[in-house]
Amino acid sequence: MADAESSQAGQSVQPVQLLYCGVCTFPVEYCEFGSHLTKCKEWLHETHPDLYDKYYSDEALQAKLGTLSLEAQEKLEKDTAKKEAKAEAKAEAAQKKKMASQVTIKRIERNKRKFVTAVHGLEAFDVDLKKAAKFFAQKFATGASVTKNPQGNDEIVVQGDVSGDIVDMIEEGVGLLKGVPKDNIVEVEEKKKKGGDGAA
Amino acid sequence: MFKKFSPSSDVSGQTSLKSSVQRSIRSGLLSQWKIDPETLEQIWPKKEPLTLVKCRDHISIYTLHGEALFFQHFDEPFFPTLRLLHKYPFLLPMVRIDRGAIRFLLAGAHMMCPGMTSKGGYLPPADAALPAGTPVAIHAEGKEHAVGIGITKLGTEEMRTVNKGVGVETVTYIGDDFWAVQTL
Ligand SMILES: [Zn+2]
Repeated sequence: MADAESSQAGQSVQPVQLLYCGVCTFPVEYCEFGSHLTKCKEWLHETHPDLYDKYYSDEALQAKLGTLSLEAQEKLEKDTAKKEAKAEAKAEAAQKKKMASQVTIKRIERNKRKFVTAVHGLEAFDVDLKKAAKFFAQKFATGASVTKNPQGNDEIVVQGDVSGDIVDMIEEGVGLLKGVPKDNIVEVEEKKKKGGDGAA
Repeated sequence: MFKKFSPSSDVSGQTSLKSSVQRSIRSGLLSQWKIDPETLEQIWPKKEPLTLVKCRDHISIYTLHGEALFFQHFDEPFFPTLRLLHKYPFLLPMVRIDRGAIRFLLAGAHMMCPGMTSKGGYLPPADAALPAGTPVAIHAEGKEHAVGIGITKLGTEEMRTVNKGVGVETVTYIGDDFWAVQTL
């Protein structure tokens, strides 16, 4: 408990070491209030069997009831199970949505034989767009930036026609593009409108 | 304060702080927290520059090498982040909620007086009473580590006598959006 008036003058107090759950990030004693309890328990059992016994042995379960009535505890457990099921359904739906989302690689003609390449949709696969833009800029020794397209979504615009190379990189799963499924790539081409010809 | 928080939309800018400003923050921390200079030096070495991360609604988060250490609203008292409090649990005075109140807190609710005056709860004794507006660590019945951080809405003696309504306003708690942010 925190009733420590403990620090001696002239000496720093060493920090408390505590274990955060590898599944839900809570301090492990609070996993029971999260929405992944089953997975949390598995994780703790595998990685820290001693702590597992501390928190989930029969005696520990008895002791933690504290002043909470049995009915209230039962309700809590029911809620936890419900929360868990809900979180799982949500994660599944998110995963489904993720796998269905597309990455568009658009070759845009700016002038005769001058192109830019717009990459849209990488963020759905947890790619940091700024980092990816930097990565492309380095890779192709060209300019690349994150901009909002007219629909208000962020996309990466790379100078030059590098659409083929980007497709290859995604297929090979280079660097931070790992995890983007190649089946979700859509290549499109945007031709310059007629009438603008010859302006160059 | 941080039930909803998203760095991409809520952070307006980052600046490194002048040494004069850092000095005044340091003395502010020493006077507001239960901490000696040596321990503060260990948390935040004098040589290392603090970064101010400005956020919406006049919230300032102070970071060291991208890790949030503490924050404040306007020029109100400094709150340690929950992860820092876990390492140094003596920084703030504590209250404790009973087991029944934990799940409400984890849903972002403010803490009602009865949750702290009941058998599983705890408020400091009369000779260590806290006035309204004090940052507190919120502990929980049967748990070793703090579950959240709050600010007293009433004095702790008043909480005992009134014993209804909000006693402690929740500022941050494990699992809120700020908890999810590991680096800024
Ligand atoms: Zn967990």
